[in-house]
Amino acid sequence: MPGLEDLYREIILDHYRNPRNRGELETPPAVRTEGFNPLCGDEIVVYLDVDDDGTVRDIRIGGTGCSISQSSASMMSAAVKGKTIDEVRALTRSFKSMMSVHESTLDAEGEGSESDGADAEPAADVPLGDLEALRGVVKFPVRIKCATLAWNTLLQAADEATAD
Amino acid sequence: MTDVTTTSDAAGDGTFDVAKVRADFPILERESHGRPIVFLDSAASSQKPRAVIEAMDRYYETINANVHRGVYEIAEAATNAMEAARVRVGRFIGAPKPATEVIFTKNATESLNLVARSWGAANLGPGDAVVLTQLEHHANIVPWFQLQAEKGFEIRWIPLTPDARLDLTDIDRLLDGAKLLALTAMSNVTGTLTPVRELTERAHAAGALVSLDACQYVPHLATDVAALGVDFASFSAHKMLGPTGLGVLWGREELLDAMPPFLGGGGMILNVTLDGFTPADLPAKFEAGTPPIAETIGLHAAIDYLDALGMAAVREHEVSVTAYAMRTLTERFGEQLTIHGPSEPAARGGVLSMALEGVHPHDLSQVLDQHAVCVRPGHHCAKPLMAVLGVGATARASFYVYNDTDDVDALADALGEAASFFTF
Ligand SMILES: Cc1ncc(COP(=O)(O)O)c(C=O)c1O
Repeated sequence: MPGLEDLYREIILDHYRNPRNRGELETPPAVRTEGFNPLCGDEIVVYLDVDDDGTVRDIRIGGTGCSISQSSASMMSAAVKGKTIDEVRALTRSFKSMMSVHESTLDAEGEGSESDGADAEPAADVPLGDLEALRGVVKFPVRIKCATLAWNTLLQAADEATAD
Repeated sequence: MTDVTTTSDAAGDGTFDVAKVRADFPILERESHGRPIVFLDSAASSQKPRAVIEAMDRYYETINANVHRGVYEIAEAATNAMEAARVRVGRFIGAPKPATEVIFTKNATESLNLVARSWGAANLGPGDAVVLTQLEHHANIVPWFQLQAEKGFEIRWIPLTPDARLDLTDIDRLLDGAKLLALTAMSNVTGTLTPVRELTERAHAAGALVSLDACQYVPHLATDVAALGVDFASFSAHKMLGPTGLGVLWGREELLDAMPPFLGGGGMILNVTLDGFTPADLPAKFEAGTPPIAETIGLHAAIDYLDALGMAAVREHEVSVTAYAMRTLTERFGEQLTIHGPSEPAARGGVLSMALEGVHPHDLSQVLDQHAVCVRPGHHCAKPLMAVLGVGATARASFYVYNDTDDVDALADALGEAASFFTF
């Protein structure tokens, strides 16, 4: 039986207690997207500011949620700053493949599911760094949606930021 | 119908013996994560006593056949068993005409939709108003929004006091000109018991009918729809020791008689020609298709079980467990723990929606699960109420006949573990 230590690694609790990049950005230039976890009522807001070269200039996270959704969002925000949108998409694929997200099992993923087509591609081999700490979530299937909520919301923001 | 129902060992002698009750529920013998299971999620769905499980097995093993129209022996036995269950349900809730006024549906949600789609569609239009309360479950909100989109009536809301009771300050204005008051008898989030009788009198005086969401009430308190004075009452079998897949709508006969059918199909017609159809009489008119036959027999057994315990004793037991829980948790966690809803155990049901400072309900429930304590995190299908309470989610523990003070102690210990895990 997986224990709580598998789920709540120290680094996760640290990001939960001291979330990085909390707040808002002015829209425009930033885009704002919202994601909901219908299971638990959690809500994530992503503000994404992408410069003309397609690089993430800044990101802010709003909303409320459990330790898994909040720490995932916090680590994500730290990981994507300064990356190009293509790199962000590759990182997202990597993260979601670690979460074993396949459309057939998690297709009701929420608002960001439009972008999930990316999962069909082989997982990009992008190093996940601190995000590896969330690997234990896979052993708690109900919580996978908590971990992926921020990422789906981010993908939506990436789509919007690059739409025009 | 004695061949498909039995009564409990635990009941009948006037005293409430929770140890005996627990022995009637096979699932309580199992472990979860290597510990004895502590089941505190009966507000979502209750566990089933052996008597219910066996009554349904016995139906399948001895008289399984489709009901109505069958002329052979076991088809007639199945029909009789289902109709006996109908009368039993009706008597249990004080229905004046149990054989015709009790409609079997798939769950309370379908019952509530039936009221909206049949009575509502026939009676509501622009200029009309339906009054709801801010305590409602989505099942008593969304059908009204859906109908409103087609019929264009007004929806008004009875607001709440800070301890999640109905705030009746403006009730006369809210009911003025309304055609229906649709309210819950007990909140599945805060446990708030609403003043159904008083509100029904006021609604009737204002010319409005009353549809009661009795989903959390019938399982826990003696119910007499005639004494309450309501016009419709909806509830689910699975929250009252019975099976899933069965709901009940009770309605006053003259209202049901005047209402158009809801779903169409076999079983609900008197006649069908190439030009149209004539609906059947009550209750068949509202029961299109093959009904959940075994489930009605399971509900019959569940009601026999509850009746043998005595609903007054059930309520008394739950109030005492709830009072013990509120006292224990408040002593142990003080300000760190918020329990939403009325603070007086006698004013509420055995439903505790909790917020533990610094621990999100989802995390809290996860830690509790590791201790085999089953509670439910989330919005409990009452998002407007959550917004009024100012929270996104709560962790909800709910009590029923088989819960005792040991369960409360296990809950308190697990909460303590969660608090120390997440706060430093
Ligand atoms: C107050 C209330 N109303 C309606 C429902 C809907 O019941 P069901 O899901 O069985 O249709 C529930 C159960 O979740 C409830 O608690």
